[in-house]
Amino acid sequence: MTQDSTGYEALTSIEAITSGLGSVGYISTREISTAIYLAHHLRKPVLIEGPAGVGKTDLAASMARFLDVPMTRLQCYEGLDEGKALYEWKYGKQLLYTQLLKEKLGEVMEGAATLDAAFTKLTGFEDLFFSESFLEPRPLLTAMQQDRGSVLLIDEIDKSDEEFEAYLLEVLSDYQVTVPEIGTIRANVPPLVVLTSNNIRELGDALKRRCLHLHIDFPEAERERQIVRARVDGVSDDLLKQLVGFVQGLRDLDIRKRPSISETVDWARTLLLMHASELDEELVRSTLNVLLKHESDIAAVDRDLPKLTREVTRV
Amino acid sequence: MAEQVLTDFIRALRSADVRVSTGESIDAARAVSIIGYEDRERLSDTLRCVLAKSPAEKATHDRLFDLYFSRSQTPNTSDSESAETETDQGGDAAPDMLSLLESGDETQIAIAMEQAARDVDLADIQFATQVPYYSQQMMKALGVERLESEMMDAFRARSPDGDQRAQDLIDGRQEMLSRAREHAQQAFETFGAGATELFRQDFLSEKSITALDRRDLERMRALVEKMAKRLATKHSRRRRKKNRGQLDIRKTLRANAGFDGVPFELAWKQTKKDRAKIVAICDVSGSVAQVVRFFLMLLYSLNDVVPDIESFAFSGRLKAVGDTLERQDFNTAMDDIINTIGMSTTDYGQSLSDLKTEHWHVLDRRTTVIILGDGRSNYGDPRIDLFQDLAARAKRVIWLTPEGEGQWGSGDSEMLRYRPYCNTMTHVTTMKDLERVMDQALAVYS
Repeated sequence: MTQDSTGYEALTSIEAITSGLGSVGYISTREISTAIYLAHHLRKPVLIEGPAGVGKTDLAASMARFLDVPMTRLQCYEGLDEGKALYEWKYGKQLLYTQLLKEKLGEVMEGAATLDAAFTKLTGFEDLFFSESFLEPRPLLTAMQQDRGSVLLIDEIDKSDEEFEAYLLEVLSDYQVTVPEIGTIRANVPPLVVLTSNNIRELGDALKRRCLHLHIDFPEAERERQIVRARVDGVSDDLLKQLVGFVQGLRDLDIRKRPSISETVDWARTLLLMHASELDEELVRSTLNVLLKHESDIAAVDRDLPKLTREVTRV
Repeated sequence: MAEQVLTDFIRALRSADVRVSTGESIDAARAVSIIGYEDRERLSDTLRCVLAKSPAEKATHDRLFDLYFSRSQTPNTSDSESAETETDQGGDAAPDMLSLLESGDETQIAIAMEQAARDVDLADIQFATQVPYYSQQMMKALGVERLESEMMDAFRARSPDGDQRAQDLIDGRQEMLSRAREHAQQAFETFGAGATELFRQDFLSEKSITALDRRDLERMRALVEKMAKRLATKHSRRRRKKNRGQLDIRKTLRANAGFDGVPFELAWKQTKKDRAKIVAICDVSGSVAQVVRFFLMLLYSLNDVVPDIESFAFSGRLKAVGDTLERQDFNTAMDDIINTIGMSTTDYGQSLSDLKTEHWHVLDRRTTVIILGDGRSNYGDPRIDLFQDLAARAKRVIWLTPEGEGQWGSGDSEMLRYRPYCNTMTHVTTMKDLERVMDQALAVYS
């Protein structure tokens, strides 16, 4: 297959992926880049697991921006079925067209002397109503139809039903879709598939076997600093160090919902708005609700607040 | 050679309970052919992406990767070199121990070790006790016999020179043996340790809980987690069941309003399954405490499937312990509970009435009540009336006891009087029993 026309030619090496993602503002790691590299070269979907808010979805979006290909997103939920994920017939349009064409149909049928002849004529038109112009492509099909390739994000696959998961296997293994009335639609350029899961339920072994597996955890301090710097303009190095250090310390505590990267970024923006140049206890206490979203967590952290703040400001 | 390295590594992963399918092995081989063996970090990233599919598996992978590739790297890098040196030694395909020692060539020795390991199928090693056996076998493969006869000859010469030579040979032999041992030990850690662990876990799951040692606690934890995972995958099925055949008219009309009311899409009535809710009431007095510990450990590992767990501990009086267990480290919390609540005389009647006055609201029609206790109430009033009420409010009542059926009703045991109100009353001794009971309890909800 010629790769010239696709958007994937930038995926030549692991380093190229890291720097490419960096250029669109996603700070990658060696492991993440390796997974993307392999996904392309082995033509396999990547399953990304990890806590909420570590940039799983963002990775897919950044990939699309980096490669300059469209991204199709399929958000999974309980009760999602193939009609909403793959394709649907435009019933309404079919109905409307039948009504409008009724008279025309009469004209066409006029020439037919017998019932047999009419039937033969009619079968000639049947395909008209089950053709691609009456087909409503849903995310999976849309992703297959992109000529330059695309990034297909299947978000929160763990929220879908098991039946759908099984159904997805078929689509992902061959990158083709069978529409009974039309035939098989095969992707000319297979999409780069990214599945994400928050571990609401344990995914089936079959799905895991077919995917490459990437586990993204909360970032280390160094990487988190880079991320905040890439997202928020004008944070001084001192403040950056302190605020990231504080969030990292917070994650070690025993709380219900640990602050994610997006919350760190929000907090950095908040502190910037308040013209803070460094952390102090009072400031942290008044802005803590940006980081922690549960009343009980805020109460639990309150006791350790002076200690945590002191630890990061001392350096 | 390269393929052998990969298949051996996959074998090591499998023996450590990482499930690797044939398809995944093929993927790994393809991935490695793209990535190459040169960069170790990159190789590790690649393999952990293709082969290890959960955080636990990734941890196992990292441990084994370091262990495994630290060993096989030496001969790997010197492959080309060895071909030359081997011909130098006059076509002797496998240089024996004597010439190896004399040459003192580290690379050669490492290669010979690797070869010997392959000759004796060292990768089959399963138990730590096999290390001496395998190292002896490796010594044989390395040609220890020739060295030994040389040594005897040197002794027989009865000359200072001969003695010296013999001493050297003994030292050399010793050195080779310790190397072989080290090699075998490493092979055991790579290939056997996981299998041994599985074997131990299997054994523990069938062992009577009361006979478990404190030192087994860590291992039990792993075992319990595995059980919980098994139960979770089995019971986390969908919560809704389609009632095919019964049309949901309201839904159908709404869904097809856009089609002029022509019902293209039919909606069927669905029955919602109850979410599991379990109330555990545990007797933590001396005789039952140990079983309670593991039962609660299993129960709380099931948080994925059973979001709603309430637990109570009692001996004389009854107290809610859910908070303590969820907040603290499990074992410390458990010790705490046993030491504070478990120290008085068991009184089932009083405990039931505590439940009635303070916690009755936790019982509703979707609750499964699991009682763990021996039913020995020190001749106090068992308050059968309260128990009857409890059974009426709850969906199901399951009674677990560490005593065999033969002892029920003997002495101060009130088991037979409680029995009519329980859906199940069963005797549990091993972890397997606990798993089976939980399986049944959850089956009602899925």
